[in-house]
Amino acid sequence: MRVETEAPPQAEATGPAEADWEPRIVGILCYWCSYAGADLAGSSRMSYPANIRIVRVPCSGRVDPLFVLRAFERGADGVLVAGCHPGDCHYAKGNYYARRRLSLLKRLVAYVGIPAERFKALWVSASEGREFAAVVNEMTEELRPLGPFRPELATRFAELPMVVDEEGPACPVHVGAGQTVAEDHQETSGQDE
Amino acid sequence: MARTGVFVCHCGSNIAKTVDVASVAEQARELPGVVYTEDYQYMCSSPGQEHIRQAIEEHRLDSIVVASCSPRLHEPTFRRCAAEAGLNPYLVEMANIREHCSWVHKEKEIGTPKAFDLVKAAVAKVQRNVPLHTGSISITKRALVIGGGIAGIQAALDIADAGHEVILVEKTPSIGGRMAQFDKTFPTLDCSACILTPKMVEVAQNPNIKLMTWSEVEHVEGYVGNFKVTIRQKARFADLQECIGCGQCWEKCPVKKIPSEFQAGTGNRTAIYVPFPQAVPNVPVIDKEHCLYLTQGKCGVCAKVCPKQCISYEDQDKLVEVEVGAIVVATGFDVEPGKLYGEYVYGDHPDIITGLQFERLMNACGPTGGHLERPSDGREPRTVVFVKCAGSRDEVKGVPYCSKVCCMYTAKHALLIKEKYPDTKVYIFYIDVRATGKGYEEFADRTQREFGAEYIRGRVSRIYPEGDHLVVVGVDTLLGKQVEVDADLVVLATPMLAREDAKDLGRMLNIASDNYGFFTEAHPKLRPAETLTAGIYLAGACLFPRDIPDSVASGGAAAAKVNVLLARESIESEPIIAEVDEQTCVGCLNCVRVCPFKAIEEKVLENPKTGETRVVAAVNEGVCEGCGTCAAACPSKCIMLRGFTDEQILAEVDVLCV
Repeated sequence: MRVETEAPPQAEATGPAEADWEPRIVGILCYWCSYAGADLAGSSRMSYPANIRIVRVPCSGRVDPLFVLRAFERGADGVLVAGCHPGDCHYAKGNYYARRRLSLLKRLVAYVGIPAERFKALWVSASEGREFAAVVNEMTEELRPLGPFRPELATRFAELPMVVDEEGPACPVHVGAGQTVAEDHQETSGQDE
Repeated sequence: MARTGVFVCHCGSNIAKTVDVASVAEQARELPGVVYTEDYQYMCSSPGQEHIRQAIEEHRLDSIVVASCSPRLHEPTFRRCAAEAGLNPYLVEMANIREHCSWVHKEKEIGTPKAFDLVKAAVAKVQRNVPLHTGSISITKRALVIGGGIAGIQAALDIADAGHEVILVEKTPSIGGRMAQFDKTFPTLDCSACILTPKMVEVAQNPNIKLMTWSEVEHVEGYVGNFKVTIRQKARFADLQECIGCGQCWEKCPVKKIPSEFQAGTGNRTAIYVPFPQAVPNVPVIDKEHCLYLTQGKCGVCAKVCPKQCISYEDQDKLVEVEVGAIVVATGFDVEPGKLYGEYVYGDHPDIITGLQFERLMNACGPTGGHLERPSDGREPRTVVFVKCAGSRDEVKGVPYCSKVCCMYTAKHALLIKEKYPDTKVYIFYIDVRATGKGYEEFADRTQREFGAEYIRGRVSRIYPEGDHLVVVGVDTLLGKQVEVDADLVVLATPMLAREDAKDLGRMLNIASDNYGFFTEAHPKLRPAETLTAGIYLAGACLFPRDIPDSVASGGAAAAKVNVLLARESIESEPIIAEVDEQTCVGCLNCVRVCPFKAIEEKVLENPKTGETRVVAAVNEGVCEGCGTCAAACPSKCIMLRGFTDEQILAEVDVLCV
């Protein structure tokens, strides 16, 4: 996919916030690390805003960029994808594929006019309950001033080839498929930001 | 129309305190396809499960959602419960309203709507679930052990003793590994060979063990219970069956100046050789790089002197294919060769040696017959300096990790010198003394108190030759002073490293390694002998620096895991795996490239009418672990992950966005 290099449009894809509006975050979490990290936040009785709803996937490598765009299309105000830290993937290297796909997706998301605060992809381990709570806290606070997300106001959202009907996506958006992660596999720390 | 049941758990007050469970159950009744809901104190309790079973039967439920704790805790419980009531266990979904909701939110006004959202998502998903069935994988009752060091030996013996066949592959001419190179062992000062060689003989004599030395694993395919392994048996040029190890050949071999791998550079060997006198098998190999006959066509002495005509220069490598159910990797470690610090001038001066070389110099089978001599002039050293952490615990020039065994082997070296040569002065530069094993601290302590080795806390900055000795410049951090020691011999305690070729083997077996190249266990605490690839186990120092007792224990642990597997006729296979729609697959094979487990292969389909062929992807159900990376990579959406299809995940996403 060709991503144009011009500056992302500044237009805010937001409408006027209602008085009792609360940002709605869809969290797509890998089951082995981040989902368990969220469990730990619970069993440690930490507290974070109720704005996130968690969807379980086996591995961050399972996350099709389509899931993220679909959430925005359906009115999510923010999407969080979290997986095991590089080197810790339960499936050895699923998260390296995720890292590539999601870093490309970040650029696409910016290109279509969705502010960067609305989409986060990061690593949370099963022992990072505190970090998970902090991420949800931070993201919720970042989303509040932005107001609700309105796809029709994101300048290029409509250009995305993701016509979805009941049959499923007719033409899925596809980012970063089929690359080799041989090089990624060498390094086991750090994060694409 | 679906007939879904929703069961909302109070979890005592754990959920009920911050979620209005009755209201969630009531609201859920309005969801499309939901025909029954209830809330109950403890869904996981025996009466709670009975409620679920009854409801499934009475209301003919075709799917259920249990809104309670994390599926990590009770998914198996509720799946079993559903199965008991005749419902396919994969028609169960859980809404995690405890860990992800009631425990992290403090008010009912917030917790209740979120809990209901989570229930909605679970209902949306479960109504798209299909029954899944576990498969059955048969188990080949034979194991492969790669590496014939002490860990591999222990694993092979323990598997064989349980009555299973074992193929033990060793790439050098003899089993024994690193332990065979050591002189004495800490902290008991047992002679290494005395405790190792009986075990080596036991391996050779065990009828269940097929020993393949001078052999390497070349190719591995298959999956748990059903591995196909190709082993290269390198040309030995000596007949394994006929040879009696009389030694005529290597005594007469004219090529005598080849650095011996076994002597770690302190001694030489011939072109036809056994690595050490107690080798198992005690049959030589010809080093074809150096053999005069094989390189130049002249000589042939070994064949002439052999009393049993065991030598054949025509011998060729053989590829042997074996089928095994389980694989133990026990490939051991490399020793850092002393090259990390230029300022220690290792290699420029023969009297600076590594710990492993010191083992050989002290050993009765070593090049000096166990008499400690300086490599430069053969003189007995009067002062010996040991430098610990010569490469370990140094993230700039060496490796950041502690190599674990060096404190103890250095203490042992010091003690051995003092025992044999009480007048020799011994200095040990150290950062810390790490002596954490049974009897280790006492042993290290004895070296100082009883035997008078002098420990200097600090690092060495420079070593240089002066006259007929070496000057070791370092710092004593306890005195805050620079110190210089005149030494006749300097021994560097260099760290254990991952095998250089471990990466290649890791790739072949599809097992992960860490940044240093050591293989990664499935879980560092709870699954230390397993890898994430089912049926492949780890033992010994290929995981991380380990001493002999730990290696033996881990060899036994790996064997126990193998024995558990091989005791069974078949195992159940997880049904949450990838599935290809052959109708729509265009054969781009993106999925093959991204699969972390090499579980997807290409398959050729032939149209029986036209004879035309096309390529599609095919999932090997025994190998697939169900990560779903393929499903996200498929451009035409024709490979899917059962239990986590696009449709299921998008249904959840959609519901949560409204």
